[in-house]
Amino acid sequence: MIRVEKVSLKHGSTPILHDISLDIPKGGITALIGPNGAGKSSLLSLIARLQPLQTGKISIEGYPVDTTPNRDLAKIIAILRQDSIVTSRLRVRELVGFGRFPHGRGRLTEEDQRIIDQSLQQFDLTDLAGRFIETLSGGQRQRALVAMAFAQGTDYLLLDEPLNNLDMYFARELMRSLRKIADGKGKTVVIVLHDINQAGVYADRIVAMKSGRIIADGPPSELLTPETLHAIFGFGMRVETIDGIPIVVHLR
Amino acid sequence: MNTAARQKPSPIGLAAGFVLAVLVMLSLFVGVIDMPFRRVLSDAEALELLLISRLPRTLAALLTGSGLAIGGLIMQTLARNSYVEPSTAGTAQSAELGVLLVTLLWPSANLFIKSIVATTTALVGTSVFLMTAHRLPPTQPFLVPLFGIVYGGVIGAAVTFVAWQADLLQYLSVWTNGDFSGVLRGRYELLWAAAAMLVVAWMIADRLTIMAMGRDASIGLGIDYSRMLQLGLVIVSVISALSTVIVGMIPFVGLVVPNIVSRLMGDNLRGTLPVVAMSGAILVLGCDILGRLIRYPYEIPVGTVMGCVGGVVFLWLLFRRPAHA
Amino acid sequence: MPDRRLLCLGAAAIVCIAAYMTIGLGGNIGFVLSLRATKLAALLQVSLSIALSTVIFQTVTNNRILTPSIMGLDALYLFGQMLLVFLLGGLGYSALDPQLKFGGEVMLLMGLAIGLLLPMLRRRTDMGLMLLAGVIFGVLFRSLQSLLARLVDPNDFAVAQSASFANFNDVRTDVLIFATILTAVAAVIAWRARHLLDIVALGADSATGLGVAWARTVAGLLLLVSSLVAVSTALVGPIAFFGLLVVAIAERVVDTRRHSMLLPAAAFTAVIILVGGQTLFQHGLGNSSTLGVVIEFAGGLAFLILLFLGSRR
Repeated sequence: MIRVEKVSLKHGSTPILHDISLDIPKGGITALIGPNGAGKSSLLSLIARLQPLQTGKISIEGYPVDTTPNRDLAKIIAILRQDSIVTSRLRVRELVGFGRFPHGRGRLTEEDQRIIDQSLQQFDLTDLAGRFIETLSGGQRQRALVAMAFAQGTDYLLLDEPLNNLDMYFARELMRSLRKIADGKGKTVVIVLHDINQAGVYADRIVAMKSGRIIADGPPSELLTPETLHAIFGFGMRVETIDGIPIVVHLR
Repeated sequence: MNTAARQKPSPIGLAAGFVLAVLVMLSLFVGVIDMPFRRVLSDAEALELLLISRLPRTLAALLTGSGLAIGGLIMQTLARNSYVEPSTAGTAQSAELGVLLVTLLWPSANLFIKSIVATTTALVGTSVFLMTAHRLPPTQPFLVPLFGIVYGGVIGAAVTFVAWQADLLQYLSVWTNGDFSGVLRGRYELLWAAAAMLVVAWMIADRLTIMAMGRDASIGLGIDYSRMLQLGLVIVSVISALSTVIVGMIPFVGLVVPNIVSRLMGDNLRGTLPVVAMSGAILVLGCDILGRLIRYPYEIPVGTVMGCVGGVVFLWLLFRRPAHA
Repeated sequence: MPDRRLLCLGAAAIVCIAAYMTIGLGGNIGFVLSLRATKLAALLQVSLSIALSTVIFQTVTNNRILTPSIMGLDALYLFGQMLLVFLLGGLGYSALDPQLKFGGEVMLLMGLAIGLLLPMLRRRTDMGLMLLAGVIFGVLFRSLQSLLARLVDPNDFAVAQSASFANFNDVRTDVLIFATILTAVAAVIAWRARHLLDIVALGADSATGLGVAWARTVAGLLLLVSSLVAVSTALVGPIAFFGLLVVAIAERVVDTRRHSMLLPAAAFTAVIILVGGQTLFQHGLGNSSTLGVVIEFAGGLAFLILLFLGSRR
């Protein structure tokens, strides 16, 4: 379980997060939604110890993120940041292979190779495995980065807007893959999403943030109501239920 | 499956090893007949000469070449920019400043002490560069080398100024232009510390590759980013300072070699590091041999030859091959 | 309508010139004045040529932080000079008339600059590549120059060192007449091309769309830049960061990239720094030979700060 207790964050004098407390139990997909600048990415990078904690506590499986050795945490939690730029001339297979680094410190076993193959296959990268990253399209590159995070094989997976640059097909594939590992392998996924319907269809729980605070939290069927959505995004939208799933019509 | 295939030495690596072996032989051979007083020597004495002068010179070239190439590679990894190397990041200039200050303040200091001081100032100078470089926006990659060049130029101007005021410009040219002609047994052995740095670099090759992907990715994969950064800095500073103090600055090696190897083999350091080290040695040794032959029996310093050869080779590569080959 | 900021710069430049000519006059006033006038003429030419060449070069390459000297043009000039010595032989060369030699050197630099830079500018405009190539060019030409120097005379180690930094105190006056004509002509051409330069600054595609013959224009501008670089390098030696500093300051003062403003502003700024600095060092600090090193140091430092501040915005 990820436990966030009374976490606040400031950049200089600008407050980013206000006194956030949040428990994310093991298993299932939790979607973080909210307008730009709500603090979603900051919260995610605090959980993944990419930024130092200022106030409050965060622990994963009982390990406090600020004092647990980095390499131990890397076996529990993987993060994919948005706008990750890889400028190295690495082949796709090498990049995905580095996801296994926390486990063997660079030495790849047969098991590692199997996991890498599986990740490549999962994101339809097998044919691209020998290509250099820089020769890929934006969407292919994004898939390679997601595959690397997958290959890390951690119980917790944090993804910051992973659907960027992906077309409809691969966006759906990614969300289905996440669903699959959440259901089949009991993995815990925390994902920042901008497409509210992706959250509605695939997430078990939605946490809505605005101006550095959590303003709504619950399963999609409860959270996706016109009133709550208006409170989050500042405009009214229709919510229709199709096959028991709430679909938000937000285009008009 | 393809684990076995990957552990096999690459054809590029084998070719580099072969060329290097030929050059080493050539260097010893050219060295011996190069000696102006060769006629007065019998065979036994020629051997002695070989051990005193030609072998140390060859070894120094090998160590400096591979060291500078790896130093450049690590510098590029740490700065996440393929256009920097120790001489364009203020490292070599800071080392010069250090060795100049020792010479001024403590004229009787030996080579070892000079090297230590030079390494320390190089470490400080490079840290300042790197701290600043990391705060420059990654969207404008050309700012980093520009910053480094200007920064190195500023330190260089300070060095020149101090040397000028103290009437040490003559000394300065010893450090600013690399030259192996003064290398003898007993005067180059500190360079073996650079070899030790190569071993360290090899041990952390995977971590360096990951660090090239950035801080977030490194932390995400469980790497102690700031400690690795410090280690990388130490490696670069030691190599750069030692070669500056013992043979003088040699341009281009750290820039040319890693970039060419990256184009040919990619950036997975586990595979490319040995090739980078060997190619650096080839380049420096080759240029040294060339410098001995061009104006025989006079010698052209390796720094000058490298400036020409390295420059031409790099420009040729730069404009002949599209970046996304 | 002359801009107020431009007028201020101009006034400051004139004050510097006046101070240079008048402070500490003594002894044979006529002699001292004529001596100072000669040196002032050289300093003014250096200021003008560095300011104009940097502005034009930045416009052509569409990059605010490139300068002719970062792209190795002054090193190229010194290399050309050495090449002439090498080809013509030391003795025959030194017997030639200095003005004639200078003319030959300028022509050679123009030829080399066009031959080397034009294909590069036409092929692509990737800044990283340009910068990298520029750095390489600079080191390459410096090395080639010292290589040739050693081939000409292997024992003379001083040759390679002599021309490594600028010296404003020891101006070469033997080529002054030719340099004056060259600078004047180049300045007139640059001023007349000010509106064309505004268009060129938009980049190859837009400029072509607006009816500019791109390749021919760029080639012409590069010729102009190389002749200006030849002037300043011949007179005082290579200066790395001065042009960068001058244009960066000028652009911040007049707050525009329009060439009708920027060209004179850069020229005034260069005069203020160079002539003012020389005055200060000659009379205030009593050690004028170090101005070159100080300008490099301060220029580089100021530039680092500007670069850092600018990029963080």
